[in-house]
Amino acid sequence: MKKISLFCFLIIGLALILSACGGAQKSTTLNLYAWSEYVPQQLLDNFSAQYGITVNYDTYSSNEEMLAKLQAGASGYDVIIPSDYTVAIMIKQDMLEPIDVSKLANFGNLDSRFVNRDYDPGNKYTIPYQWGTTALVYDKTLVPSAPKSWVDLWDPAYNGRLVLLDDEREVMGMALEVLGYDRNSTNTVELNQAEQKLIELKPNILKFDSDAPETAIISGEAWAGLVYNGNASLAYQEDPNVEYICPTEGCTIWFDNLAIPKGAPHQDAALLFLDWVLDPQQSILISQEFPYSNPNKAALDLLKTEDPELYDSYMSFPGTNPPDSFLANTKPIVDVGDATTLYDSLWTDFKSR
Amino acid sequence: MSEKKPSLWLRIYSFMVYGFIYAPILILIIFSFNTQKLNVRWEGFTLEWYKVLFNDAQIFLATRNTLLIAFISTLVATIIGTMAALAMHRYRFPLYNTSETVMYIPIVIPEVVMGISLLVFFVMINFTLGLTTITLSHIAFNIPFVALVVRARLHGYDRAIDEAAMDLGANELVTFWRVTLPTIMPGVLSGAMLALTLSLDDYVITYFTAGPGSTTLPLRVFSMVKTAVTPEINALSTIWVLIIFVLLVFGQIAQRKKA
Repeated sequence: MKKISLFCFLIIGLALILSACGGAQKSTTLNLYAWSEYVPQQLLDNFSAQYGITVNYDTYSSNEEMLAKLQAGASGYDVIIPSDYTVAIMIKQDMLEPIDVSKLANFGNLDSRFVNRDYDPGNKYTIPYQWGTTALVYDKTLVPSAPKSWVDLWDPAYNGRLVLLDDEREVMGMALEVLGYDRNSTNTVELNQAEQKLIELKPNILKFDSDAPETAIISGEAWAGLVYNGNASLAYQEDPNVEYICPTEGCTIWFDNLAIPKGAPHQDAALLFLDWVLDPQQSILISQEFPYSNPNKAALDLLKTEDPELYDSYMSFPGTNPPDSFLANTKPIVDVGDATTLYDSLWTDFKSR
Repeated sequence: MSEKKPSLWLRIYSFMVYGFIYAPILILIIFSFNTQKLNVRWEGFTLEWYKVLFNDAQIFLATRNTLLIAFISTLVATIIGTMAALAMHRYRFPLYNTSETVMYIPIVIPEVVMGISLLVFFVMINFTLGLTTITLSHIAFNIPFVALVVRARLHGYDRAIDEAAMDLGANELVTFWRVTLPTIMPGVLSGAMLALTLSLDDYVITYFTAGPGSTTLPLRVFSMVKTAVTPEINALSTIWVLIIFVLLVFGQIAQRKKA
C-alpha cells in the first residue's frame, strides 16, 4: 500500500512540476525567438533589471526554420528577428503585428539610410536590428591580382582556390549578375544560363561553406570567396591582408529585423523591448559582441566615446562600415515566389555535377 | 575450450572501425583546449572555453531543460514501458499481434514524421508548446524502447517463480516488488539508460515540439554551429561525451552485476 501512495505522490509531483513550467504571467515574461549568438546576454539582463520582465531567449538556425515553426501554429513568441525577404513573406501572409513606430521613443536613433526599405515600407511591421552585406573577400597577398568584379573569379589562376557560401540565392545571384541579369530573376532561360556559367566556375571552387567560410581564407587554402560581411570581419581580425569589396556587378545587402508575430501573448513587453534595443547604451552592446553592421546612428556616436578602439576598426573596415560607393552597388535578395523551386532544382543539379 | 587468437587482419580491421568511430570525437576533445577562437589550427592550450561555457547563462538554461526533460521522461517511460512489457509477456489477448506491432512502430518510423505529427496534434488540441510538450513527446518515443529491452529480459522468465511466491502467501503486489521486479531489474535499468540517452540528445522531435523558454542543449548547439563555431562548442561536446560515457559504463556495470 505504501508503494502505491508513493507512486501516486510521484505522479502528482510530476504534474505539478510540469504545470509550473507551462504557464506564464502576463507582462512579466518576454519570449524572444532569434538567431543564436545574436542578442547579448547583458542587454537581456539589463532589460530584466529595468522592467522586471524575464526574457526567454530561444534560438533557431535559419529563417525557414522559424517560419516553418510559426506557420505550423507554434505560438507564444513575442519578438522574432526575421531577415528582410522573410519579413516580406510574413507581411504577405499576415503573420506580423503592426508596430506604431511613433510610440518608440528611440526610433529616431536609426540611420535614415536603413529605415523605410522596400521589404517593409514605412516600417509598419519591423524595425532593423542589424544589417550587413554579402560580397567578395580576398587575401591580397595570395590573389594573382586584386579582383574588381565577380567575373575575375572565373580566371583559371583561381583553380581550387574559391570558397563560396552554401546558399543558392547568393551564388546563383552572383552568376546572374555576371551575365548582366537581375539577381532576383525568375526567367527560366536566364536561370539556366546562370547554372551553365556556374558549371564553368566549378574547377575553381574549393568548397561550399556557410558556417565558417572564413576558416578557409585564414588558413590560406582559399584565396577569395563569396561570404557574409561577418565572416569577412572575422577573417580580417585574424589576418589584416584580407580585403572585402563589392564587385562592379553588385553585391547583396541584408537586414535582420525585430518584429512581433501575430497574436504574441506579451505585446506590451515586446514594444518595451523593441525600444530598449534601440537605446544607444544597449545597442553598443550588440556591436561590442557581434561583427555585424549596426543601423543605430546614435549608438555608433556613443561607441566613439565609449570604445574608441572598436569604433575605429568598425568604421575603417568595409565589412562593418561599407563606404557609400560600396552601398550604392548593393541590392537586396527578394522572395522569388514560385521560382524558388526552379532555383532549388538548378542548384541541386549544379552541385551534383 | 580453445581460445583462438584473432587473425592479424581481423585486428587491423577492428582497429580501423574503432578509429573511424572515435578519432573525430578525440579530435573534437583536443580542440576544446585550443586558444584560437575560430578553431582552424592548433595554437595553444587553454581552459578558457570551459570558463566561457560555465558562465554562459543560455547554456545553463538549456542544460537545465535538457536534464529535466530527460529525467522525467525516462522515469515515466520506464514505468509505462515495463508495465507494457509485463502485460505482453504474461497475457494473450485479442489483437495481441497488432498491438505488438503498433507498439514498435515508433522505433522504425522516421523521427521527422513523428515530430510533425506531434506538433500538429498539440496545435490542434490547443496545447501550449513548451517543456510539457517536449516531455510528453519524449515519453511517447521512449516507451517502445524500454518495452523492447524489458521484453528481451523477460524472454525465458519462468512464471513458475511468481507462482511459487504466491504459493508461499505473497499477494500479486508483493510478488511483483519482491520477486518479479528484482529479477528483471537489469533489463529495466538498461531500458531506462537507453531512454535517458535517447532523450538527452534528441533533436528532431524536440525541435518540432519546443515552445518559448524550452530550448534544449541539442537545439542550442545546433543553432550555435550555424553562427559561430568556437571551441566553446567543443568544450560543451566534450562534457557531453563524458556524461554519456559515464552513464553507459554505469549501465553496463549494473547489468553485469545482476546478470
